[in-house]
Amino acid sequence: MSITPERVAQIAKLARLELDDEKQRLFAGQFEDILKYMDTLNGLDTAGTEPLYSPVEQPTPLREDKAEKRFERDDIVSNAPETDGQFFIVPKIV
Amino acid sequence: MSFLYDKSLSEIRSLLLAKELTVTEVVEACLKRIEETEPSVQALISVQAEEALEQARAMDEAGPNESKPLWGIPLTVKDLLCTKGTKTTCGSKILENFEPFYDAFAVAKLKEAGAVIIGKANMDEFAMGSSTENSAYKATKNPWDLNKVPGGSSGGSAACVTASQAFGSLGTDTGGSIRQPASLCGCVGLKPTYGLVSRRGMVAYGSSLDQIGPMTRSVEDNARLLQVIAGHDEKDSTSVDAPAADYLAALNRTDLKGLNVGLPKEFWAEGLDGEVESACRAAVAKLEELGAELVEVELPHSSYAIATYYIIAMAEASSNLARFDGVRYGYRSDEAENLLDIYVKSRSKGFGDEVQRRIMLGTYVLSSGYYDAYYKKAAQVRRLIREDYLKALEQCDVLVGPASPVTAWNVGELTSDPLKMYLMDIYTISLNLAGLPGLSLPVGLGADSNMPVGLQLLGKEFDEATLYSVASLLEEKTEQLGTPAGL
Repeated sequence: MSITPERVAQIAKLARLELDDEKQRLFAGQFEDILKYMDTLNGLDTAGTEPLYSPVEQPTPLREDKAEKRFERDDIVSNAPETDGQFFIVPKIV
Repeated sequence: MSFLYDKSLSEIRSLLLAKELTVTEVVEACLKRIEETEPSVQALISVQAEEALEQARAMDEAGPNESKPLWGIPLTVKDLLCTKGTKTTCGSKILENFEPFYDAFAVAKLKEAGAVIIGKANMDEFAMGSSTENSAYKATKNPWDLNKVPGGSSGGSAACVTASQAFGSLGTDTGGSIRQPASLCGCVGLKPTYGLVSRRGMVAYGSSLDQIGPMTRSVEDNARLLQVIAGHDEKDSTSVDAPAADYLAALNRTDLKGLNVGLPKEFWAEGLDGEVESACRAAVAKLEELGAELVEVELPHSSYAIATYYIIAMAEASSNLARFDGVRYGYRSDEAENLLDIYVKSRSKGFGDEVQRRIMLGTYVLSSGYYDAYYKKAAQVRRLIREDYLKALEQCDVLVGPASPVTAWNVGELTSDPLKMYLMDIYTISLNLAGLPGLSLPVGLGADSNMPVGLQLLGKEFDEATLYSVASLLEEKTEQLGTPAGL
């Protein structure tokens, strides 16, 4: 499948990015090359092979479900671009 | 080796404990070295000179503490490891002013052990790159030739250690980002087994691949750092709950009798540059002289590793980097008028091209209709790659091969062709998919380029001790590279 600049714009939208026309064209060519390279995997028969998502196949360790205060609110909001000291502030949504 | 800053971490430790040197003297020597070399090498994003000197004075007042294994040792850490109250940029504009309020687990361990963190090392943005040219702040240069790249993404750490700005540095390795720059700059770099070092406080790129590891000028120094940062962390669900081995004790081996060394034939095939092959073959011959038995082994799925890796790493990156939304931390565009605008404009201005490329390709391979063909397929191939390694390691104790197919390339040479840059990771990448440990050791200079060549030793799960014991003996039998020619 060929990757057009329009397709690139569509993927950008899904990724919450916006690209100017020039970058869309540049990425289209590069994506085409990269995805073509990735398609080499299709030459390999993997039927019946269980996917491996993590090299550590230990079960997720569980802890007691008990609320615990680990962080201070001041610390959590300390890097926010906009805050009133209590909450993160964003433009009005509703 | 007449300068203080050129000494090994181990030597400095002895001198500090014997009170022949003060921490202030050692820190000052490193800061002066940074002042001298940094204009040309550009290894660091920030230097914490005042804090380091203040800490040094307090430590000198208190006197040496032998129970702290890194007491008074100046180190740097890659700038994607959170440092409390010190900017952590990940080499990105989007985190230009980010000041974490906690230390990464590994950084906290260094501090507890008495280390003095003097700087944050440059890197490819969010660890995405193989040359440290993708940093939003500066491109690091190779101390052996300032016209060449240091490798990446931990190129800042590698160049800093090679230029003797500090006695060690922590890097991270997602697809070779410790071992490849160590090879290109001529220092020792270890990627531990996945799960040995906690990833908490390391800004994530590919969560199932990332590991933190030490970069140093000697094998012993490396073992000393790993000893400190290895260990269980209950706040990282992938951190393995098992005691770390005694890595320093592993350095006492006197020969390699009884050790089987596997040579994966795919690592010694076409595509490997002649000068790299010669230097690595000479090192393998030394292993044989030391008593090791050489065995040829196969890793039949190696040719699929790069495609597999980039699908998985990009998929994980697209998910991990979704957190940068201009709301809770990081850059927010002032042109945004609504919430969606904040996300889109902040991310588009805050991320560099390579990061945007990987997020988008990751989004693509995870999107409806493509998930099975790319992501699931890659995860299946990943299992086959891991099984190859486990099978090969049934026949031998370690595997050896080159860390990089070439020595350091010219600055700017590969920046316009991302795929060509990805292909440079051919010998390092499959190990991260398998989760196994690997170490790059300098074994000489390339006959044509006069640039460092690294031999990669790959081991069994949680068997870093064997890697250190073999590397340490080989290091002893190898002529030291000497002072980097570019400085």
